[in-house]
Amino acid sequence: MTLTEPRPPAAAPPRPAGSSLEADKVSAWFGSNKVLDRVSLTMPARSVTALIGPSGCGKSTFLRILNRMHESVASARLAGEVRLNGIDIYAPGGHITSTRKRIGMVFQKPNPFPAMSIGDNVTAGLKLTGTRASRAQKATLIEQCLTRAGLWDEVKDRLGEAGSALSGGQQQRLCIARSLAVNPEVLLMDEPCSALDPTSTYRIEQTIAELSNEITIVIVTHNMQQAVRVSQQCAFFLAAQGTPGVIVEAGSTEQIFNQPKDERTSDYVNGRFG
Amino acid sequence: MTDLLEPAPPAPEAPLDLDEPRLIDPGLPVGDRMFHGITRSISVFVLVVTGSIGVFLGYQAVPTLHRYGLRFFTETQWIPERNKIGVASVLVGTVEIAVIALVVAFPLALLTALYISEYSPAWLKSSLIAMIDLMAAVPSVIYGLWGFHILQPHALLISRWLATNLGWLPLFKVDTDPRAAFWAQSAFTSSAFIAGLCVSMMVIPLACAVMLGVFRQAPLGEREGALALGSTRWGMIRTVVLPFGRGGIIGGTMLGLGRALGETIAVLLIISPSFDIKIKILSNGANTVSALIAGNFGEATSAQLTALLAAGFMLFIMTIGINTVAAVFVGRSRSGAGTDI
Repeated sequence: MTLTEPRPPAAAPPRPAGSSLEADKVSAWFGSNKVLDRVSLTMPARSVTALIGPSGCGKSTFLRILNRMHESVASARLAGEVRLNGIDIYAPGGHITSTRKRIGMVFQKPNPFPAMSIGDNVTAGLKLTGTRASRAQKATLIEQCLTRAGLWDEVKDRLGEAGSALSGGQQQRLCIARSLAVNPEVLLMDEPCSALDPTSTYRIEQTIAELSNEITIVIVTHNMQQAVRVSQQCAFFLAAQGTPGVIVEAGSTEQIFNQPKDERTSDYVNGRFG
Repeated sequence: MTDLLEPAPPAPEAPLDLDEPRLIDPGLPVGDRMFHGITRSISVFVLVVTGSIGVFLGYQAVPTLHRYGLRFFTETQWIPERNKIGVASVLVGTVEIAVIALVVAFPLALLTALYISEYSPAWLKSSLIAMIDLMAAVPSVIYGLWGFHILQPHALLISRWLATNLGWLPLFKVDTDPRAAFWAQSAFTSSAFIAGLCVSMMVIPLACAVMLGVFRQAPLGEREGALALGSTRWGMIRTVVLPFGRGGIIGGTMLGLGRALGETIAVLLIISPSFDIKIKILSNGANTVSALIAGNFGEATSAQLTALLAAGFMLFIMTIGINTVAAVFVGRSRSGAGTDI
């Protein structure tokens, strides 16, 4: 990764092509309990894909499969392939750490490292992945990432304070900045705004919109309006009683919300259940 | 409600918009009150017992301290017949053996706890924890016998190696020629080092259990946050688990130190009592306060008994001091709330 050439903040030049992510017949189990059944979905480069559906339908599991966080649960198993730019991330010989570095993740609950300062939180990924950077490079990176995450102006005078001293919304943007610092090609977000107030949610949605010019974003959300506001593609997950989750319908967000083909999609996006 | 508060004055001259904190009845049900009372009296009872042990020891120590004054702390010998009584050598010996035990036990306990909580597969985890608990359940007299008969012959080789290669350090010096054709084994037996090794076996399960407890509490969110950045497992442990568990690491170690300071029977079985202040931990002869008490208690006259109790009082104060420091460390840390110490 090149830290030396400081990019102009906020409007970083987009990657030439961007990275696309493709799930192919992904099934998942916890122990003997099957939670996903042959889910296939293409998440195009440099756009936002929203995963929607009621609780317990496997959206979060699917998201965690996309950067190999799924297997950190002891009883978790899976089938199928997840291809990043055509290469299966579960192929033998692939490194789990480099996969996770290329495919970042932002969690539902903000999880900054509480023992670290705001600045150190941003550069934590460098330390964790063994990337060396000079003090000046780090300073540049901190400003760049915090700016891209829309937090710079609020914290630029107190980078030395503990990350846990920030508000929930600020913490979440700090976590986004932390993910950006290792220069991921894809960013996965698991209900990033569900614990936040409307103002913070708005700021994060702005951040998502700006980031989607550069990187591929996949977001799980329970908020229909949010899916409409931030995403270009949308996939509707559903798990009928006692059966594993499947994708009922996927397509452009406009189509899913305005002309859904499936009646269940129509019912869900119009708030008739879920 | 009104009967619980200051009765609202019906008279109109008293303004009702008084902006003052009002009395609030906690409104606890009878069951809660009873439980509260029972638990409180039990806790007070525990405090009273500990306190009265301290008072008893202190009271018993008065005549001895009065009689010998500061000499009690500077005298190394314990020869009541010649009126020479002092704790200098046994206090030093106690600390020496405890420190040796900790130096050995700390890394082993820490790495064991990390392995069990972070690396071991699920099927192995519970049996490992059971083994650690079992280790804590072995009586110390068994450890003493094991230490003397089984550990010592092997530990002598370590002692000899240390004396040969690091003998230029006063700590590892032994007054014998380790390179002699027939090496003088007896110069190495019954040393503070071997006693410390044996005590470390009793410290490990204690320290390990406390550390394990806090490591397992390290927040999943932060762990996953680190892993999702592309961290190795060790990187995650360094960034999340160890900083979170710092209080437990310190607390568990201190708790182990308290145990090591007080360990009696295993030490008594291994050491050959000596009353010199010596820092040559590998060479024959050592002593501790508790071994002194246990060894001399049987044939003590009443005056000697108070002297032994005075020595016990010193140990009591030392242990309480260490546990208090440990509690402060643990209380200050993030994981402190959930740590037993």
